[in-house]
Amino acid sequence: MVADIIVDVTGETCPVPLVEMRKAVMKADKGKVIVIRGTHGASREEIPMAVDSLGLKLLKTEETDGVWQIFIER
Amino acid sequence: MKMTIVVHSGDLDKVMSALIIGNGALSMGGSVTLYFTFWGLQRLVRGRLSKAPLSRMHFLGLGTFLMKRRMKRNRVASPERLMEDFKALGGKIIACEMTMELMGLSREQMETKWIDEYGAVGLYVRETEKADKTVFI
Repeated sequence: MVADIIVDVTGETCPVPLVEMRKAVMKADKGKVIVIRGTHGASREEIPMAVDSLGLKLLKTEETDGVWQIFIER
Repeated sequence: MKMTIVVHSGDLDKVMSALIIGNGALSMGGSVTLYFTFWGLQRLVRGRLSKAPLSRMHFLGLGTFLMKRRMKRNRVASPERLMEDFKALGGKIIACEMTMELMGLSREQMETKWIDEYGAVGLYVRETEKADKTVFI
């Protein structure tokens, strides 16, 4: 899956990953794929909640060595 | 979803809570208005956002110093960063004019770029009428 926009929030803690996701969504055009990459456990759970609240599409979530990536479609 | 938060306290930890909740709600598609009154107004004075005591364990400044250091180590966003994000996401700030007068604060002393409106309780009530949730901090 090819991402149009990559938001790297590794090492950042709540609420930064959530806020950066929102900023990226605000800037992106409809149909664009945004990937958020981070390490904070709670953010991994709350970003999909925000995606749902914002009415966006959660494409997939993957994790390797404590680094998760959440793919969303604007 | 619309949320209003009354920021009555000027304590560092409480103001940070207000900003974190506000940023969370904005990030999830809501609209948020922070109504600063009483001690909270001190945080809107130019250059004083972080110059605040903790609500507990301030210990004449030592506790607050240690907490700030811990926050930096844990990469917790600073109040300045939280405020910048709050405004970037479209958050609204109202400063209570009656308590500004009470505390001897003039508009010239305030960080005006953050403040969208000055008003009194009527303005807060109008905002809250349209809100689904209100929080008092």
